[in-house]
Amino acid sequence: MPRINSPAELEEFRKDIISKRDPNKPCIAICTGTGCLALGAANVVTALKEEIKKQGLETKVDVETKVDVRETGCPGFCERGPLLVIYPEEICYLQVEPGDAEEIISETIVAKKVIDRLLYAAPGTDNDEKIVRESEIPFYKHQMRNLIGNNIKIDPKNIDDYLAVGGYSALVKALCQETPEQVVEMVKNSGLRGRGGAGFSAGMKWEFARKSPEKTKYVIVNADEGDPGAFMDRALLEGNPHSVLEGLTIGAFAIGSHEGYIYVRQEYPLAVENVGIAIEQAEAQGFLGKNILGSGFDFTIEVHQGAGAFVCGEETALLMSLEGKPGEPRPRPPYPAVKGLWGKPTNINNVETWANVPLIINNGADFLSSIGTESSKGTKIFSLVGKVNNTGLVEVPMGITLRDIIYEVGGGVPGGKKFKAVQTGGPSGGCIPEEHLDIGVDFDQLAKVGAIMGSGGMIVMDEDTCMVDVAKYFLKFLAGESCGKCSPCREGIRQMHKILNNVSEGKGREGDIELLEELCEATRNASLCALGGTAPNPVLNTIRYFRDEYEAHIKEKRCPAYVCKELIAYYIDPDKCTACMICSRKCPAEAIVGAKKQIHVIDQEKCTNCGTCFEVCPSRFSAVTRLSGEPVPPPIPEEERTIVRKSEKK
Amino acid sequence: MSEILLQIDGREVKASEGMTVLDAAQSVGISIPTLCHHEKLDPYGACRICTVEVETGGRTNLVAACIFPVAQDLVVRTRSEQIDQTRKTLLELMLAHAPDAPALLELAQEYGADKDRFEKEPSFCILCGLCVRYCAEVKKANAIGFVDRGPNREINFMPEIASKECWNCKECFPLCPTSYVQAAYHLTEALAFPPPASKPASEE
Repeated sequence: MPRINSPAELEEFRKDIISKRDPNKPCIAICTGTGCLALGAANVVTALKEEIKKQGLETKVDVETKVDVRETGCPGFCERGPLLVIYPEEICYLQVEPGDAEEIISETIVAKKVIDRLLYAAPGTDNDEKIVRESEIPFYKHQMRNLIGNNIKIDPKNIDDYLAVGGYSALVKALCQETPEQVVEMVKNSGLRGRGGAGFSAGMKWEFARKSPEKTKYVIVNADEGDPGAFMDRALLEGNPHSVLEGLTIGAFAIGSHEGYIYVRQEYPLAVENVGIAIEQAEAQGFLGKNILGSGFDFTIEVHQGAGAFVCGEETALLMSLEGKPGEPRPRPPYPAVKGLWGKPTNINNVETWANVPLIINNGADFLSSIGTESSKGTKIFSLVGKVNNTGLVEVPMGITLRDIIYEVGGGVPGGKKFKAVQTGGPSGGCIPEEHLDIGVDFDQLAKVGAIMGSGGMIVMDEDTCMVDVAKYFLKFLAGESCGKCSPCREGIRQMHKILNNVSEGKGREGDIELLEELCEATRNASLCALGGTAPNPVLNTIRYFRDEYEAHIKEKRCPAYVCKELIAYYIDPDKCTACMICSRKCPAEAIVGAKKQIHVIDQEKCTNCGTCFEVCPSRFSAVTRLSGEPVPPPIPEEERTIVRKSEKK
Repeated sequence: MSEILLQIDGREVKASEGMTVLDAAQSVGISIPTLCHHEKLDPYGACRICTVEVETGGRTNLVAACIFPVAQDLVVRTRSEQIDQTRKTLLELMLAHAPDAPALLELAQEYGADKDRFEKEPSFCILCGLCVRYCAEVKKANAIGFVDRGPNREINFMPEIASKECWNCKECFPLCPTSYVQAAYHLTEALAFPPPASKPASEE
């Protein structure tokens, strides 16, 4: 790997890489991000490579294969993984298994035939409506993938792939053609707002740090992604680590920093590995280290692994943790831009924010500011999960409606269920009901409806979701993740969680809603950091939109969504039960009394309300019903349980 | 040191750089309640009972007076309906842990806090950290520390250190607003390094 000492050398090197690549040579790009690996992508890769050997597509003389297998980062469609894209035709195969390898090589690579069975078909439609090309799949079609679009084109362990798609050209531009002030100005003009949660102007933040007279300054990538169900940052670090390194280096140049840190949670082993390899390669080629690209600018990056505390995503707690102290937030002011890591001016941005920087430098501030809404520019990556057909990572322009994300990109709610709410912004976010689905997604619109953008978590909930239970879940999470230093957060969350527990168990009392609101107020007003300051959101928000559900739990001891176990019961309708025995066999608690031709009865004492009987009772009978807020009818007397069929009656 | 002019409860107050709002208020005799604050210790900002309203650049925020630095033209209000309500709720939350602590009861009276508002969780500790910080910052002994986090956070003596350091110190005892630190010490002592006299006869 040669060291590159000037912009001219880089362009030469890039040309050389591209010239050695035949665009017509078949290439199988397979996602080996964490999601697809969990679904068995590694076995598919092995099978494909063996098959290439077996079918003689490997020429031994020059070790070059006639087919490339590229192990890439996550392109986003996790719902249908493991997935691969075959170039140059851009054929996209989904849910590929090792057993498909032979056919893929012999049919698609050699015989140029598309395998129908592995193509995308819309859920619920007949098999005849197949889509071949990746970009035409509805999930991708409605996205704007400026940041994650390159993931499928890049082997994150190979810097050449990043260079082949134009990588590090923004660094050249910043270092050799712009002054630090101009770079700050560009980022400011682009309107880029921090993607970590608070949405503060990235350019302003840079300017504060830039203006500090201190000599030593630090730049930090906050990759402590802790929201349940969120994996945007992981996908970027795993799939395209150089884009983050490039952004960080440009930021360091603009601010006047020579040392950077990537604070990443150790639960992201692949991200840690890939970013480590990327740093090594960037150092070897001269994109990091001394005198980068001959510009005279020095910059090094170190990776620090966090131990997985949610609160360490809060920037001051992150700094404490980096300094080797307990991860507890410290008061602001002083802000990190003034007094950050080891007391020096520090600029901390989220992974996605840094990844946006090369785009701005390469294409100009207008490129970003032309996308999005008045107050929020560019694209945003969301991890779309929950009760939605296409779960995965989606990158969309700011301003797109929630409805479009959920229905056009996400393919709607599965199983014909009714949409209830979408939760955005992680545990401190809010649940947005149907009536607000047409708001354009940006920082301010989401705040207006009582939610937040957060780092981009998006959980779709259907009619089977109990909103009290949702609030309880998030408060339990926050209770476990609060550092416990300040009393409003520690005690406020503890009491709120306790009250929510009581409400969900039918022990709620008149006045609990008002008490919750009061606790929310104190916790929000007095907490030391944003964890406590935003912890009341899930409670306030569910009260705001679903107060009736709280009231049903408290006043009628009824859970409208049949979720809270203490408030529901299962009952077999004797008129509908055909004594098929399925439920009694499946009941894990052995709570169903029944035999052949004997109407089944649930022993309410033994029943654990797991709902298995309800799920397994054949829909043509639908004999098992759920009850909540009403007494369970007494079991029918034993002597009346024998079923006499009509034919037998005669 | 440059002089900073700010306004607290309508009064012009002179302060110097590096001072907190609490320092400035105290310097002119305006009292702000505190629980985790101690003049010998670094500002900590944990109990939040010193929450006050500050106005800068047209925006009003609630901040902890003990850690918020003074700034030119800062407008501070130490009492308001919102501040009092916040203090009241905080006191009620702490009283669930230490219902008989005199310092809490005194403040409870002033802010109308009901000590039975929340279900009792008698840990007797409000985690103000005075003992932990005094031991670390003044005595440099670190014989007591915080363990666990969130609602499970508690103070604990480290037997290995406490057995050597504490016997002729115990300076943390009078700092504790709830007297729990004494109990915690004696418990640790009894379990880990009992004084000879209290050892059961069979062991001697």
